Amino acid sequence: MTEHTPHPDLAPPASAVGFVGWLRSNLFSSPWNTVLSLFSIYILYLAIPPIISWAFLESTWIGDTREACADTAGACWVFVKVRMDQFMYGFYPESEYWRINLAFGLLIVLGIPLFIKRFQHKGKLAAFILVFYPIIAFQLFSGGNFGLEHVETSRWGGLSLTLVLAGVGIVASLPLGVVLALGRRSQMPIVKSVCVVFIEFWRGVPLITVLFMSSVMLPLFLPEGTNFDKLLRAMIGIALFQSAYMAEVVRGGLAAIPKGQYEAAEALGLSYWKSMGLIILPQALKLVIPGIVNTFIALFKDTTLVLIIGLFDLLAIIQQAFADPDWLGFSIEGYVFAASIFWIFCFGMSRYSMALEKKLHTGHAR
Amino acid sequence: MSESENASGKMQVSDDVTIELRGVHKWYGQFHVLKDINLNVHRGERIVICGPSGSGKSTMIRCINRLEEHQQGRIIVDGTELTDDVKHIDQVRREVGMVFQHFNLFPHLTVLENCCLAPIWVRKMPRREAEAAAMKYLEKVKIPEQAKKYPGQLSGGQQQRVAIARSLCMNPNIMLFDEPTSALDPEMIKEVLDTMIELAESGMTMLCVTHEMGFAKTVANRVIFMDGGEIIEENEPNEFFNNPRSDRTKLFLSQILQH
Repeated sequence: MTEHTPHPDLAPPASAVGFVGWLRSNLFSSPWNTVLSLFSIYILYLAIPPIISWAFLESTWIGDTREACADTAGACWVFVKVRMDQFMYGFYPESEYWRINLAFGLLIVLGIPLFIKRFQHKGKLAAFILVFYPIIAFQLFSGGNFGLEHVETSRWGGLSLTLVLAGVGIVASLPLGVVLALGRRSQMPIVKSVCVVFIEFWRGVPLITVLFMSSVMLPLFLPEGTNFDKLLRAMIGIALFQSAYMAEVVRGGLAAIPKGQYEAAEALGLSYWKSMGLIILPQALKLVIPGIVNTFIALFKDTTLVLIIGLFDLLAIIQQAFADPDWLGFSIEGYVFAASIFWIFCFGMSRYSMALEKKLHTGHAR
Repeated sequence: MSESENASGKMQVSDDVTIELRGVHKWYGQFHVLKDINLNVHRGERIVICGPSGSGKSTMIRCINRLEEHQQGRIIVDGTELTDDVKHIDQVRREVGMVFQHFNLFPHLTVLENCCLAPIWVRKMPRREAEAAAMKYLEKVKIPEQAKKYPGQLSGGQQQRVAIARSLCMNPNIMLFDEPTSALDPEMIKEVLDTMIELAESGMTMLCVTHEMGFAKTVANRVIFMDGGEIIEENEPNEFFNNPRSDRTKLFLSQILQH
């Protein structure tokens, strides 16, 4: 009888691991790859240093007037600095800025426990935020009660308006999208056709048309004297429009859940809504997190379109500032600033979705 | 299991009929899957259903908890007739447990949550009570130590035992098994069959679609052979295996018992 001695584990060759190994396999694995790598490095060399020098090294940050930037070759961030309040708060009265700050601060404070692992009452807190926070925030923004000065929605603007539009759009479009997706897969012909028509209608028209219709056409059909807030109409338009996209994303997730999951839920005696809420949707939504966040990001950026109906979101208010005769010629700084703000929020959402996916991953796929 | 235990097990079968299928027909579109199925299942009876694939055996047991709808005839389970009435369907599903070929555990919930879900949401049992009951059944299927894991982290055999425990947590009167060992690696079949045998000994009414003829011989009171949507033959296991009456049964048995 021969005895089997297991072969000992050896360390891999040095050229296959570590930094050298990484370079070898990723940048210089073949002649063609080497050429491409060197070319890309050259392009980066051409592009990056001028950008850094324009934005940071040669830029001006200090001062209050355009004279401060008279002899700089780089960016004049003074323009952005001077206009910062307006970019953040729009035409909101300066003495009332604290109300907007308080509203967003409150949301952050309320939201923090949701990210603390040990916090027990996440569901209750989330429900509280969803139900009561909008009321509180609206009171703060709009005023009119509790001795707060009333501020017309037409004076709201800047980043705070962008966040309000996006926040309302996101919070409203997800549940609406879920309901539409379920409806579209329903066995009931009427429910199904209503959902199909709704989704296909909203997906078939451009958002600009929706906003334009809501602000210009809708008042024509409403009885004389009914005044329906323009911002509210824009919010409803955005929410309905994005919910149609959301519905299709969610439907993709629902279709990916194996039939066995539906059957197991049914066999245990769960009703339709319970099996959807407890079994199917948690899995389906988890599956389409990238698609959902994609839609959120699109929604966030699409809020800039409200400028065509005369609402001054972040981008609109920056563009409006270009027309200031004191600050002509600083549009690049303005656009770069707008782009960075949008990028920070969108990138944040994207990273959060990745973290969420990782957290919700439970062992192997089915 | 010894012969005497087997016999005493069989004596638990009572006279009252718990499942009754009368003249059941079903079509998938134009295809006639079930043709005039008549079957009475008594309380405590263990029935094994076998037959070639496409013979309608899975469809038949799936009609018993209305995962499939029959178009003609009557199905009465525990005194409740299955009709379009959702209340009746829910009533039946609460009393009938089902184990699937592909386990169908809920992958986003832990083993314990899988087991507690239906008792909490359907039977309105307090969570603590449901968890205690679930642990009892997980012990019965011999995997209490996996309670906090997710199904994806378990082997096929363990998953199927969890699926059995999940069904038992609803305290069903009847258990349906739809090819419970067909998707398993050979070395895991035994652990699942052992669990099923134990369940059979406890007097549960069981309908099993399976090709495990050893299991049929040990625990079944009756073996049913189906082909082409019809019940061709039914008999107690000894007679069924040793003296099959129809040629179709003989051919089927010779093919599956050859090896």
